[in-house]
Amino acid sequence: MSEARKVLLLPIIKNNPIALQILGICSALAVTTSLNVTLVMCVALTAVTAFSNLFISSIRNFIPSSIRIIVQMTIIASLVIVVDQILKAYAYDVSKQLSVFVGLIITNCIVMGRAEAYAMANPPVPSFLDGIGNGLGYSLVLIFVATIRELFGAGKLFGIEILPLVNDGGWYVPNGLLLLPPSAFFIIAGFIWLLRTSQKDQVEGAEFKIAKNVNKEAL
Amino acid sequence: MEGLISLFIRAVFVENMALAFFLGMCTFLALSKKMSAAIGLGIAVIVVQVVTVPVNNLLYVYVLREGALAWAGFPNADLSFLGYLSYIGVIAAIVQILEMVLDRFFPALYNALGVFLPLITVNCAILGASLFMVERDYNFSESVVYGIGAGVGWAIAILALAGIREKLKYSDVPAGLQGLGITFVTVGLMSLGFMSFSGVSL
Repeated sequence: MSEARKVLLLPIIKNNPIALQILGICSALAVTTSLNVTLVMCVALTAVTAFSNLFISSIRNFIPSSIRIIVQMTIIASLVIVVDQILKAYAYDVSKQLSVFVGLIITNCIVMGRAEAYAMANPPVPSFLDGIGNGLGYSLVLIFVATIRELFGAGKLFGIEILPLVNDGGWYVPNGLLLLPPSAFFIIAGFIWLLRTSQKDQVEGAEFKIAKNVNKEAL
Repeated sequence: MEGLISLFIRAVFVENMALAFFLGMCTFLALSKKMSAAIGLGIAVIVVQVVTVPVNNLLYVYVLREGALAWAGFPNADLSFLGYLSYIGVIAAIVQILEMVLDRFFPALYNALGVFLPLITVNCAILGASLFMVERDYNFSESVVYGIGAGVGWAIAILALAGIREKLKYSDVPAGLQGLGITFVTVGLMSLGFMSFSGVSL
């Protein structure tokens, strides 16, 4: 695999920001009740991560390390303001539904984490790709969660009816739990379980092992 | 006064930052392995929330809101688009100041909080509380109460999770769910439990 492809593709499955790096979970849970909103959020986050990586990486040699956090914050916050204003202008309904979560991209650990861990030490182009890759890794989890929640919770995808609900004369009884906040935790836990079953090296070791019962005769 | 108490109860239980809005999840999951760390982080979050939410409220009312600059002779100025940048700047500055003040006057507390203070700048629960305050148009006293409530709610949640995780490490979890996976399931169940508060109001 070439270097650029590696930087772009690794974060999607092998080094997924949500499932392995524990970054950016907050918004993953709160905005996933419908696919429309989720997609907008994914695009916004990918754009912010990619461009903040690009800009931070281009000026990385001029940032004194003692004030680097505040410089990174300023760049990220400015980008988020741009995204927020664009959303308010062209997709007002979605921006209302996302409410504070667009603003919270600023403190989304993926953006900050990649800026600090990757963009500060690498040239602009790979940093840009790394931003897109991590954005896509985040999007993968979000879209997975949102598809399950919208399809089985409301019988719809993108607001279009797929499973006709009992209330409207169909056959599908919707699972109301999926529209409530806790379900997102269970779905992500399931996703992590699936991912780690296929990628054995990601499994965390147990902190405590139950000792073997050696004294069989005593029983 | 009753309104304020009800706001406090709502901020702590019904609209719990961690379990109902999933804010501050990254630190919530990463630092809840040990009770001692959870206590330090919980206290730090309460302190920072109590200071930042009211300060951001003043900033919003007197500088950023549409027409807020009338006292300075700019009745038509609308700086609300600068909101995000100013709130995060205020939070970063306050965390820094708090760190210096604690270091100078309360070295014991400073050592206890240690690494958690700088981490709080990027905790979404802090910025989230300020943004909710703006979105819901709280006045100054409401914002003080909301700040305390949001901080206390978050602290309760992380203390509960740390308590559960300290016991949980003795249980036999399937390999793939080990660590992060089982923590997600636990938090999901806690969040279900907190939903039972949803009808509570005073």
